[in-house]
Amino acid sequence: MTGVDALLLALGAVAVGSAVLVVATKHLVRAGLYLVVCLGAVAGMYLVLTAELVAWVQVLIYVGAVVVLLLFAVMLTRAPIGASDDLDRPAWPAVLIGGGVGLGLAALLVDAYRWTKVELPDAGTAERIGEQVFASWVLPFEVLSILLLSALVGAIVLSRPDIGRSPAKRAAVDRSGNGGGGR
Amino acid sequence: MRPVIPYVTAALLFGLGVYGVLRRRNAVLVLMGVELMLNAVNLILITADTTARALLPHSGQVFALFVIVLAAAEIGVGLAIVLQLYRMRASVAVDEVPLEEKR
Repeated sequence: MTGVDALLLALGAVAVGSAVLVVATKHLVRAGLYLVVCLGAVAGMYLVLTAELVAWVQVLIYVGAVVVLLLFAVMLTRAPIGASDDLDRPAWPAVLIGGGVGLGLAALLVDAYRWTKVELPDAGTAERIGEQVFASWVLPFEVLSILLLSALVGAIVLSRPDIGRSPAKRAAVDRSGNGGGGR
Repeated sequence: MRPVIPYVTAALLFGLGVYGVLRRRNAVLVLMGVELMLNAVNLILITADTTARALLPHSGQVFALFVIVLAAAEIGVGLAIVLQLYRMRASVAVDEVPLEEKR
């Protein structure tokens, strides 16, 4: 048990503990804040596992953007500030499937790796990752940029129902009887 | 470095994410469960990058970056859908969404 292992164990315990709180807490806003702790601990694990660039991208995009978006959604849907009792559905299917998936995967990975030891490779600095992205993975990178653009357009169109559907057209669709969610 | 520690952490995070998606009624909390699952996948990719010597170095970390981009796109569209649902029904409970249209 070296220092790296102890660090990984501690960060993993923090990540799993705060993830339990994310899925168990009765406070909507607190779930978002526990998610910050969980994502931060996972970013720390990335740093220990020599993935420097990914760790900082995780902090920037997940903790900085995704969690802020989630908290915005919590506020815009007028969530109550205190504890709410109607957040959960019956527990047993979720416990069965979630526990089965988690423990099954854990057993599989423990069986595959036992208590073996590997040497950490060179650190994934921005220079090395950039070389890989722009040498070997250029095509997926460009496809991803198109995907991001279409997700952006899709989010705008979804949140503005006045785009692409005039009142006269909507009335015509309703009259013809095959109206529906289709856009 | 013992790779079993981050692997087991990722497996438990994935299980907790599945539990959150199935257990929660609030659509925003369901999205948080999805985020937990995506993070577990990223942790697996980063750990696999240290244990498996791939032909291309750091492939796992590049994949993790791509998954982070996909997660950002997913959360943007997902929250747009959730807000639209709230605007239509004044509620974000996923088990109250009708699966067929009432006439």
